[in-house]
Amino acid sequence: MPRVKVARKSTFIDMTAMCDVAFLLLTFFILTAKPKVDDPTKAEVPFSSKEKLVPEDNLAMVTVGNINGKSTIFYSVTGSDIRAEALKAMGEKYSISFTPTEINKFSLLEVFGVPIANLKQYLDLSIEDRKGFQQTGIPADTTASNELGNWIYLSRQADRGLHGKDLELAIKGDRKEEYPAINTVISVLAKQKIFKFNLITDLRAAPKK
Amino acid sequence: MAELDTSGGGKHKGGKIRSKKASTRVDLTAMVDLAFLLITFFMLTTTLSKKKAMDLAMPDNSVQKSQLPVAASRSMTILLGSHNKIEWYMGEAGKSAPNVDNYGKGGLRKALIDNGKAVAESHTAPDNFMIVLIKPSDKSTYENLVTTLDEMSITNVQSYAIVKILPFEVDDLKKNNLY
Repeated sequence: MPRVKVARKSTFIDMTAMCDVAFLLLTFFILTAKPKVDDPTKAEVPFSSKEKLVPEDNLAMVTVGNINGKSTIFYSVTGSDIRAEALKAMGEKYSISFTPTEINKFSLLEVFGVPIANLKQYLDLSIEDRKGFQQTGIPADTTASNELGNWIYLSRQADRGLHGKDLELAIKGDRKEEYPAINTVISVLAKQKIFKFNLITDLRAAPKK
Repeated sequence: MAELDTSGGGKHKGGKIRSKKASTRVDLTAMVDLAFLLITFFMLTTTLSKKKAMDLAMPDNSVQKSQLPVAASRSMTILLGSHNKIEWYMGEAGKSAPNVDNYGKGGLRKALIDNGKAVAESHTAPDNFMIVLIKPSDKSTYENLVTTLDEMSITNVQSYAIVKILPFEVDDLKKNNLY
């Protein structure tokens, strides 16, 4: 009597479809990728029920966060060309000459919070060393001429000159930040006749009425 | 690698020796591995949630425009104090005792809706909408301000403004332990 032979099946799995899907997803993620910007203040934004989207480009953002118990102002503006142009103008205003390497480094800097006097020193640090650097924030007060005001003013001017657009303004503040710190930023903007701006918030589920 | 040889050994009894046909299957395992690795990387490094924001329009204080006289009885003043509490009163300051309230559905929102209705009933159209003055004290937080502004949009208050708090209003907050 012959032995019954069990037919051995191939263990090969057809991966073509899986491969297709994987690459499709990969393409999607590559195309939609926008690297996360590390927020040095770790500001937790308050909730609201508004759903307005913040523009992705053409935006200047003032972040007010708490570092070591002190409210610290950080500034970021989109577009490396605007940043480079703004730095040149700031250098002229405060008579600090920045080298082309420093301007180039600055144009790649997404967000910063150091006074202009310390900016050169900060830019010369390597990216690893910058993480350990204690950023003291951009000085701001309610007078007509202060560093934060000049940064915003000169960025707006740069944007006008380069793209012919008006820069949109946004304020990102930590929930627990006390009102005077926010009020300073608002009055800096008001000095430049910016009366309309965005407050960055997290979406809260729509309230039930 | 992923394919086991299941041909079952050679049985070459006579016959012609045929050249073995090479399989056209390509092993995709490594490729899929790589693709998923990259997907994972891009998924973790991207920000999918876009930033949301609320609009804020501040009044222009630098030029004195012609200002419309408004009945004081249409205005509601909200003082933002510490400890997530508010005080509000209708009309002119000092004329009516301020109410201490909290944020949220039963507090500020209810007050806004009730006062809005009362103002709409007691005045003649079209000037019968309520005007809300928001006065944040130095002890209130940014979250308090945003919550209040958000309540304005939830309760459809059309005209509101952020105004500087006055010293006697601060004193009033102090009296209620909210400063």
